[in-house]
Amino acid sequence: MTNPTPIFVNVGERTNVTGSAKFKKLIMAGDYTAAVEIARDQVENGAQVIDVNMDEGLLDAHHAMTTFLKLIQAEPDIARVPVMVDSSKWDVIEAGLKCVSGKPIVNSISMKEGEAQFLSHARKCMAYGAAVVVMAFDEVGQADTKDRKVEICERAYKLLTGIGFPPEDIIFDPNVFAVATGIEEHDNYAVDFIEACREIKARCPHVHISGGLSNLSFSFRGNEPVRRAMHSVFLYHAIPAGMDMGIVNAGQLDVYDAIDPELRTACEDVILNRDPGAGERLVALAERFRGTDAVAEKAAQEWRGFEVRKRLEYALVKGIDAYVVEDTEEMRQAMDRPIEVIEGPLMDGMNVVGDLFGSGKMFLPQVVKSARVMKKAVAHLLPYIEAAKEPGAKGKGKVVMATVKGDVHDIGKNIVGVVLQCNGFEVVDLGVMVPWTKILEAANENDADMIGLSGLITPSLDEMVTVAEEMQRAGMAMPLLIGGATTSKVHTALRIAPAYKGPVVHVLDASRAVGVATTLVSDTQRDAYVDKIADEYEAVRRAREGKGQSELIPIEQARANGFKADFAIKPPAPVQPGLHVFDDWDLSDLREVIDWTPFFRSWELAGNFPAILDDAVVGESARSLYEDAQAMLDTIVAEKWLTARGVAALWPCRREGDDVVVSGDDGETRFPFLRQQIAKREGRPNMCLADFIDPAGDWIGGFAVGIHGIDDHIARFKAGHDDYQDILLKALADRFAEAFAERLHQHVRTTLWGYAAGEQLDNEALIREQYRGIRPAPGYPACPDHSAKPMLFELLGASAKVGLTLTESFAMLPTAAVSGFYFGHPDASYFGVARVGRDQLEDYAVRRGVDLRLAERWLRPNLD
Amino acid sequence: MTNARDRLFAEAAKRILMTDGAFGTEIQNWKLAEADYAGDLGLTHDQKGNNDILALTKPEVPRIITESYLKAGSDIVSTNTFSANKISQADYGAEALVREINVASARIARECADAFEAADGRPRFVAGAIGPTNKTLSLSPDVNDPGFREIDFDYLKDVYREQVDALIEGGADFILIETVFDTLNAKAGVMAVIEAGEALGREVPIMLSMTLTDLSGRNLSGHTVEAFWHAVRHARPVTIGLNCSFGAEQLRPHVATLSKLCDTLIMVYPNAGLPNELGAYDEAPVTTAGLVRDWAEQRQVNILGGCCGSTPAHIRAIAEAVAGLPPRPLPVSPVQTRLAGLEPFTMAA
Repeated sequence: MTNPTPIFVNVGERTNVTGSAKFKKLIMAGDYTAAVEIARDQVENGAQVIDVNMDEGLLDAHHAMTTFLKLIQAEPDIARVPVMVDSSKWDVIEAGLKCVSGKPIVNSISMKEGEAQFLSHARKCMAYGAAVVVMAFDEVGQADTKDRKVEICERAYKLLTGIGFPPEDIIFDPNVFAVATGIEEHDNYAVDFIEACREIKARCPHVHISGGLSNLSFSFRGNEPVRRAMHSVFLYHAIPAGMDMGIVNAGQLDVYDAIDPELRTACEDVILNRDPGAGERLVALAERFRGTDAVAEKAAQEWRGFEVRKRLEYALVKGIDAYVVEDTEEMRQAMDRPIEVIEGPLMDGMNVVGDLFGSGKMFLPQVVKSARVMKKAVAHLLPYIEAAKEPGAKGKGKVVMATVKGDVHDIGKNIVGVVLQCNGFEVVDLGVMVPWTKILEAANENDADMIGLSGLITPSLDEMVTVAEEMQRAGMAMPLLIGGATTSKVHTALRIAPAYKGPVVHVLDASRAVGVATTLVSDTQRDAYVDKIADEYEAVRRAREGKGQSELIPIEQARANGFKADFAIKPPAPVQPGLHVFDDWDLSDLREVIDWTPFFRSWELAGNFPAILDDAVVGESARSLYEDAQAMLDTIVAEKWLTARGVAALWPCRREGDDVVVSGDDGETRFPFLRQQIAKREGRPNMCLADFIDPAGDWIGGFAVGIHGIDDHIARFKAGHDDYQDILLKALADRFAEAFAERLHQHVRTTLWGYAAGEQLDNEALIREQYRGIRPAPGYPACPDHSAKPMLFELLGASAKVGLTLTESFAMLPTAAVSGFYFGHPDASYFGVARVGRDQLEDYAVRRGVDLRLAERWLRPNLD
Repeated sequence: MTNARDRLFAEAAKRILMTDGAFGTEIQNWKLAEADYAGDLGLTHDQKGNNDILALTKPEVPRIITESYLKAGSDIVSTNTFSANKISQADYGAEALVREINVASARIARECADAFEAADGRPRFVAGAIGPTNKTLSLSPDVNDPGFREIDFDYLKDVYREQVDALIEGGADFILIETVFDTLNAKAGVMAVIEAGEALGREVPIMLSMTLTDLSGRNLSGHTVEAFWHAVRHARPVTIGLNCSFGAEQLRPHVATLSKLCDTLIMVYPNAGLPNELGAYDEAPVTTAGLVRDWAEQRQVNILGGCCGSTPAHIRAIAEAVAGLPPRPLPVSPVQTRLAGLEPFTMAA
């Protein structure tokens, strides 16, 4: 559906001959192919709208505009974003409008030549279906003061809305002019703009305000660091005043807080016109910044000159670990006892980080980097503390954390651990596959304040119930926190909380963990909070009881209403049946098809890739994370840290009832599948995967892929107290596994099975699964029973051939792995089995050849 | 309440309305010979298959088909003018007859609609249909030259304008820009209608109907249904929706999307299923009716009908299936800036 609404829209300016020398050169030379690539880069780098301008004296702007626009219309990955047709000549704009579909923006029209022409252009824009940038320009000239800007925009607004122009399609450009030019009349230009924004927004409902930033810093041409700082400071003040669009190069903005404070103040003095000497001060200061490649570098030298306490804080906030050991050592020598370094400056710095995170000014990837710095500092101090035989630092509280038995997933748990540590908690991390005995033991030994359990796969839900039951039996009372992808408030309320009398709290994500943990160790807030949660869960339980759940029909009736596939169109026999082993799939090939959106989600950065890179809120954090990921990918590929091993097989099979009987090398294997039992509306079938298989004989596939070789690197990162790289590598390995599954499926469709030999799909189409056939995985909604995995692994020889094994809860090792079935029928689609009835459970146990209690345990997430 | 826009909205507030079904497949049933098409117009090209010219040479054919749809329950009938434009008629050497064909076709539909309205007092409407032509403004026919276009915006706008003027002259209430596979073609059509309205000194209401070319919900020029809505919302269409494409089953998610989004009437007229291996449509009326009834039950549609392969029997079955079901209420759209490339882009305003 609709994209999330951005607060500030970045209009890409690199396809503007007046803004980009490189683009201009290419267009002048007629090299449109290369020029199109600039547009592509720009969109890939997150431009939400692309500005196209061909206003150059030596150019036939009309021809260049239409040629370029037609060419980019042919590129779906460019044409997906709206175009801003930018020219000072109306005929060029109109020619452009005739080449772009969608709904573009015209930049710009004005009252320069009078009202009649202004309205005639506006009517044309309406008829072409375009939004419009209106320059604050009238018969007298360009608006320079606040009053003139407001007066002209208001007049234009009244004229436009008077002819029915939609106000939301009006974007005012109240003229950003150069400041610090040495001319006194210019000193207030930025203030005029900012104040005009506020007034225009108040007087002209629904409009937007845009501006070209490059004018502002015109006096500092050639001094990029200063220009960038000026632009950032300007936006910092103009956005809250109502500026919500700008022609800016997103990559060339600095984060306000990261600008050298002296420079920032000087810019601020100029932009806010605080005193008459501001311009001269900035000019003088600017020379010091000229030639520095990046402000960051300048800042890097600068902060090293701070006093040591400040240096530690700076390093923690910025996540810079380069000097932390020497700074910690300097601090240690200055203090009486080493422990004071932790309790004093380091904790102070982490409190700043915690506050920034809590107030939404820092995001998870930055916090994890901060934690890395903290850990290194603490690691340096520990030997001294131990030598002095001092008790350890007393934190806010102690949390024992573990991924439960049978589960190997720990990215989320590690993130929560880091965030808690950043906020003053001591975390005892027991790792993955931790049996309840060890969890209880560690909690007692460490005198923990609470236990945190994590898990990703559905069998872990049961294991968490077990831990809760054992805690109850042991008479414990400490709070139990529950987190992880398959956990939920409902499951916690319904199954875990009733098993344990102490407080049980489901923690939705890492950002909530600190709040929950802090409350639970607070003398004053704890009891009220625990009562509140207990009431909430009681309400959940009552709601579930009272709520008439959707009706289940008898399994026989559901079978009668199964999906009737047309087997006349089933895929032909595979071109290459049997087993295919891939010992070392090219990582650089997999890198091409990585789906990045889930990667950002695992870091709790919400948004779709690539738009997230330009998100007004998390964009900076996402970009930085993405850069780090790309750098690590470069190394992974170049130094071959990881090996992608996988197996795919295609077997003859037939359907028997809801089972699929597969003929492998060593005889037949029966895979029982589950069928939807929810009462369906007329005409909607009760689906079961077996429905896609022909009883008269058919083909099915299986696959298992895994990413090997991560352990040594993780061990190295752990030794270096580097949670950031640790989590990053794990998240990337997961992405590689998913990409491998996608790529292998494609190879199967086009080559091994070969039913879609001519398939041509780009990465986006792959991610959206716009292909024929499905690859459902055991444990996921269409076949929710994880216990199918051992049979599948056996058939594939997954353990012997590609080194993939299973835990007792059927989690795969190595952790970054994907396995599943291939169904090739054109009508095969994903669905969720959802709830099943006792009758199907009993029938399933018989078909699986296991006793009822075991089947019940396997299917528990799908039972009432 | 005299203008067609207001009358249509008033009727649509009461019930789900019906448009008509296909002309092409109905005309095939007449098994017409070349001479039937050509009449005595003295054209040099073979006219067989030039369905639109029948308005001049065998007007009883479109008249009887139109009447059969009205009998089946259509509230709106469209003119048999899908290809009655200069570009398409050039294939038959009949481009000089574009005005005549459209005027005659619109008159036939008008007379039939008026007769039925007079008989039972129920308002009937005529939609002047304009097809996409077989040329595209957004795509190059030459793979080696992606910047090449066979026609340009102004030329296509003029082609449409000729047709629009004639359809209005013949009595059409609305201009239905249908089977939109290229959003820019549709924008040229919108421009032609706006200019025709300016010349007349009144608004000519527009109906817009997009056709999808892939199951992910994009048309040939690559626009998603939401981007399409953003691209044409300025036309203030009385209806927006989907036609042709696939069968009703495949259109379901995209109807749901449009329904939530658009603050105007939703009109959907799908094909009678997907073509079988012989290229014929054989979805039974009761099947189509069952599928579209789903949308009606979820209050996602205001006007239903059929496209390729649908017959008066389909229209009757749909009309019966949705009789008595409440129409979709118009959502109130928040004030937002709606931009689009191939994909939508929205800003709070």
